[in-house]
Amino acid sequence: MAGVNRKILPGFSLSLGYTVFYLSVLVLVPIAACFVKAGSLSFAEFWGAVWTERSRAAYYLTFGTSFVAALVNVVLGSLIAWVLVRYSFPGKRLIDSLVDMPLALPTAVGGLVYSSLYVEKGWLGRFLVPLGIKAAYTRLGIVLVLIFVGLPFVVRTVQPVLEDFDAEAEEASSSLGATRWQTFRAVILPTLYPALITGFALAFARSVGEYGSVVFVSGNMPYKTEIAPILIVARLEEFAYGEATAIAVVLLVISLSLLVLINVLESWSRRYAG
Amino acid sequence: MMNRTAYVAILLLGAFSLLGCGKPGEKGSGAQAAKEVELLNASYDPTRELWRDVNEHFAPSYEKQSGTKISIKQSHGGSSTQARAVIDGLEADVVTLASYLDTDAISKKGLIKADWIDRLPNRSLPYTSTIVFVVRKGNPKGVKDWPDLIKPGVEVVTPNPKTSGNGYLSFFSAWGSVTERGGSRDDAIQYVTQLYKQVPVLDSGARGATTTFVQKKIGDVHLAWENEAHLEVEEAKGELDLIYPPISIRAEPHVAVVDGNVDRKNTRQAAEAYLKYLYTDEAQEIIAKHFYRPSSEAILKKHAAAFPDIKLFPITAIAKDFPDAHKQYIAEGGVFDAIYKPKK
Repeated sequence: MAGVNRKILPGFSLSLGYTVFYLSVLVLVPIAACFVKAGSLSFAEFWGAVWTERSRAAYYLTFGTSFVAALVNVVLGSLIAWVLVRYSFPGKRLIDSLVDMPLALPTAVGGLVYSSLYVEKGWLGRFLVPLGIKAAYTRLGIVLVLIFVGLPFVVRTVQPVLEDFDAEAEEASSSLGATRWQTFRAVILPTLYPALITGFALAFARSVGEYGSVVFVSGNMPYKTEIAPILIVARLEEFAYGEATAIAVVLLVISLSLLVLINVLESWSRRYAG
Repeated sequence: MMNRTAYVAILLLGAFSLLGCGKPGEKGSGAQAAKEVELLNASYDPTRELWRDVNEHFAPSYEKQSGTKISIKQSHGGSSTQARAVIDGLEADVVTLASYLDTDAISKKGLIKADWIDRLPNRSLPYTSTIVFVVRKGNPKGVKDWPDLIKPGVEVVTPNPKTSGNGYLSFFSAWGSVTERGGSRDDAIQYVTQLYKQVPVLDSGARGATTTFVQKKIGDVHLAWENEAHLEVEEAKGELDLIYPPISIRAEPHVAVVDGNVDRKNTRQAAEAYLKYLYTDEAQEIIAKHFYRPSSEAILKKHAAAFPDIKLFPITAIAKDFPDAHKQYIAEGGVFDAIYKPKK
């Protein structure tokens, strides 16, 4: 049995070799370089760089806002995907292509526009600020731009699943007497779980690394609206490469473990859904 | 099929023969090749227009003098980002960065010889600059001097000292405005702590802060580079006023030849001539035109209207030098960090 090639597709070693090479050059080597650079610090230096009161506040802010934004995106994104798949209306293709806008637009532009809209004298701010809603230079503003940059990920992962969804299952469910809500909850939603979780993970990961848009909308106040990537830039400004990479490594490790966790969740939900 | 193969063969042959011709041709004109030189000037953000203007005037005069055709490329970015780029291999022949801190960092990596600061006149400073105030039309909050900045209700816009040269120069200025007038260290700490409480936004760079102040109309005072302030006020067409505080810091944007790069690229002669040119009357006039304070006394005096004679204290008034000041006040664990410590 051992000598028999059990793989049906030819070219396995070639394509795997290519994949590994490609991933190494693009992903693994830079990440490894990060770890090596951070490794040039002694443990005390490393700890001193990554675990200060200020950096903890920044991690909390970065991961907290990313989490909230990704959560909102799961709801908003699946709603948009639903509308785009289930209904047809004039201008649908336009809206469909608008969803990808945040990917194409330099995020710094997004951040600048958001902050100008929401400042006291901005188009939206002049109505919102008197009501006590301040989005520019607050955490709310950070969440808003992160929702903006993460939106396409949920829509684009949920959309194909909804498109492939068999209408017969829905019909069967309603002919068996289920209400619309029961059909949605018991039939449609479970099939969507894996896609929702993937979309969440992508939007979340994207948000954790986001810099360009956030610096313009957050105001960068230490302990309040200072995200972790700002700390990296601040340390680079001191030519403290090691300390800067140390913070990057912490972000990487936290993100990576969260992504692994999400992956486990996803495969679990896939089994559950299947 | 045959036809196409033949066609490709001919093309290839042609290409090879061109290559073949090219080589001896280059060698033959070796003397001429030396007569064309290209320099890269790595500078910081707001100097774009200054260097474009300087280069336009320098190229023809250098060509006439030496018979060598010269073209100068510019690269702009945040000052310390540029320094890191040069350290990491950007092949700049000269660096014209915002602060000693950045030039010194390149020098410490061995790319610029240690004695660089004494190789050009006036400690390698063809011009200096400072930090001034920009206020709203008519100066409604009556801001004239540093102590006015911490009056209740005054909002100050300045970028983050941790990520911006404009940011830390503003900080040093504020600090020195206290200690240079006889205030103690504690007075200074008290002053900057209150000052930064009245800063609603810490943009990451100088241009971001300008946008916040001008476009988003946030704040009453903008602490800006002198040259940027002039442009800002000019462009605002009467909506903004320029205010000179009686005292401010002397900002020192040094220039230097990057030894490691010019020796490898064989461009030392041109690079040195380029920097020396900055001290000529012609270049000093251009520098003044762009609102940088020329190092030539005579030309500075000529433009006295644009450069009010305020007291400019050197960095040595508040620290040993720029790296020391940055370490004491701005870097991790410095005075600036203490300002934002949340109260327990």
